[in-house]
Amino acid sequence: MELGRPNLDEFSATLLELAREDRDLLVLTSDSRGSGKLAPFAEALPAQLIEVGIAEQNLVGIAAGLAAAGKNVFAVSPACFLTARALEQIKNDVAYSDRPVRLIGISAGVSYGALGSTHHSLHDYAALRAINNIDMVAPADNFETREAIRAAYRHPRPIYIRFGKKPMPHLHAPDTTFTVGRAITLRQGADVTFIATGETVAPAVQACDVLAQQGISAGVISMHTIKPLDEEALLNAAHNSRALITVEEHSVYGGLGEACAATLMQRGVYKPLKIVGLPDEYTVTGSQVEIFAHYGITPEGLAATAQQLLAVEIAP
Amino acid sequence: MNEQALKLKSIEYRKTVLTIIHRANAGHTGGSLSCVDILNVLYNRVMNVSPDNFNDPDHDRYIQSKGHSVEALYTVLADKGFFPREELDTLGQYRSHFIGHPTRKVPGVEQNTGALGHGLSVAVGMALAAKLDGRSYRVFTLLGDGELTEGSSWEAAMTAAHYKLDNLVAIVDRNGLQITGPTENVVALEPLEEKFSTFGFAVRMCNGNDVDDLVATLEQVPFEPGKPNLILAHTIKGKGVSFMENQVGWHHKVPTDEQLAQALAELELARTELEKVTA
Repeated sequence: MELGRPNLDEFSATLLELAREDRDLLVLTSDSRGSGKLAPFAEALPAQLIEVGIAEQNLVGIAAGLAAAGKNVFAVSPACFLTARALEQIKNDVAYSDRPVRLIGISAGVSYGALGSTHHSLHDYAALRAINNIDMVAPADNFETREAIRAAYRHPRPIYIRFGKKPMPHLHAPDTTFTVGRAITLRQGADVTFIATGETVAPAVQACDVLAQQGISAGVISMHTIKPLDEEALLNAAHNSRALITVEEHSVYGGLGEACAATLMQRGVYKPLKIVGLPDEYTVTGSQVEIFAHYGITPEGLAATAQQLLAVEIAP
Repeated sequence: MNEQALKLKSIEYRKTVLTIIHRANAGHTGGSLSCVDILNVLYNRVMNVSPDNFNDPDHDRYIQSKGHSVEALYTVLADKGFFPREELDTLGQYRSHFIGHPTRKVPGVEQNTGALGHGLSVAVGMALAAKLDGRSYRVFTLLGDGELTEGSSWEAAMTAAHYKLDNLVAIVDRNGLQITGPTENVVALEPLEEKFSTFGFAVRMCNGNDVDDLVATLEQVPFEPGKPNLILAHTIKGKGVSFMENQVGWHHKVPTDEQLAQALAELELARTELEKVTA
């Protein structure tokens, strides 16, 4: 797979393109223009970048007020702070008040690696899934990031988008279309399908190659939208595969995996299922790569999980 | 509307507040009575807002950060004609939009509030948008004194001063009581004037239950060019009803039938006295 740039860079470039065409597009930062790669934006369009200081609650509240006055607002802050410190502002000022603010969680999941759990966001899917009137997207690669940001700009409702900061491989064919709420099937697999999101899609794709060498047919769905979940894509995968594995850079509690499990069970679809993510424990210390490896979110780790699931759960 | 008419309105508003709380058997009695004069003067004298211009981008905004005093807001909005008065009778009922904190489902409400410490940030966003667009509207927000222990209030205060939002008017309903007791016993807020001054606000004090003083103070806005405005409106919780005034228990107590009758009688007497003065 050809390596692209960080989704963070794709985000900031896309935002600058959009902002050049719309002076009502405003970016709000909480001393996060550097970590948001927004310094070029600040230089090019200084009047369209609003700094609120290290004050995430204030960031989201002000964003809601600006949106109420007709501004097209992107509020940018590290995902860990944005969705925990400002959760009540997201719930009340944005979602409940129905202000179409675009909340951008940068350096999401364990992107901050060795900075530790204060800087990890392994709770954001769970927290925001339980809040009415906010959609949630975790783009996998540069294409999905660009399209997600463009879609968010047109989105009539509150939306949260989160991504990391390491270069991501290109995953999609040139003619792919992106729609919020519609998963993208990257590969079909008769034995197992990985339902992955965000930066875990790439290792899931590579895991398919590992499994193919062992004669196992594996597929991948990029479930970039956590909410609303593309239930049709999920049910199709369940119909076409013998087993399912969800993969996410999030706690195994309350995220994509449990969302899929709930859908499957309530639709009467009982398939072998494994939820791969970060377990409910003090997260191991290390870089994002090392943390992924520790918890099996690697091509080899995911392939091994698939083998175990296929062997144990559906052995004749 | 002149001061005399405003004073009569305040009395009628108090009657309505008490009546709807009694009917709903729930509500924030004390705080609604302390802030109702402020709302009266804002909506009937100061702000450029009505059902006719509510969708006009230049209308003045009002955000009630102390959302729990919603009965006062509903009462004033009904009187302004945002919805029929009879709808007030659905307060607290199943499927009614008239719930215990403001929501935009109620015509005239600008922002959903209820959790404390939110209103000032949202008001800052609206005021900032006016500055960016060169619009003339102003943003008023009513803060409870008890809610000022929420740190987010001070985040917003810093930002308001930083962006020189002299089109922002924050009014503190300084009734001195919160649900547990006197604010100064819970966690001391004073010296509030100095705190807001130091945070970059132009601060004025007034009697928040005195229509004349409220009008005089609000008509001086902006107090200083380039500074956000802060009015410390000294009020009495439960104002207008002898046995409710300054009684912490009336924070969200509901009057009995007898108490309602007595309160309405007191207010009616006040109205008669006021009309005598005029005549």
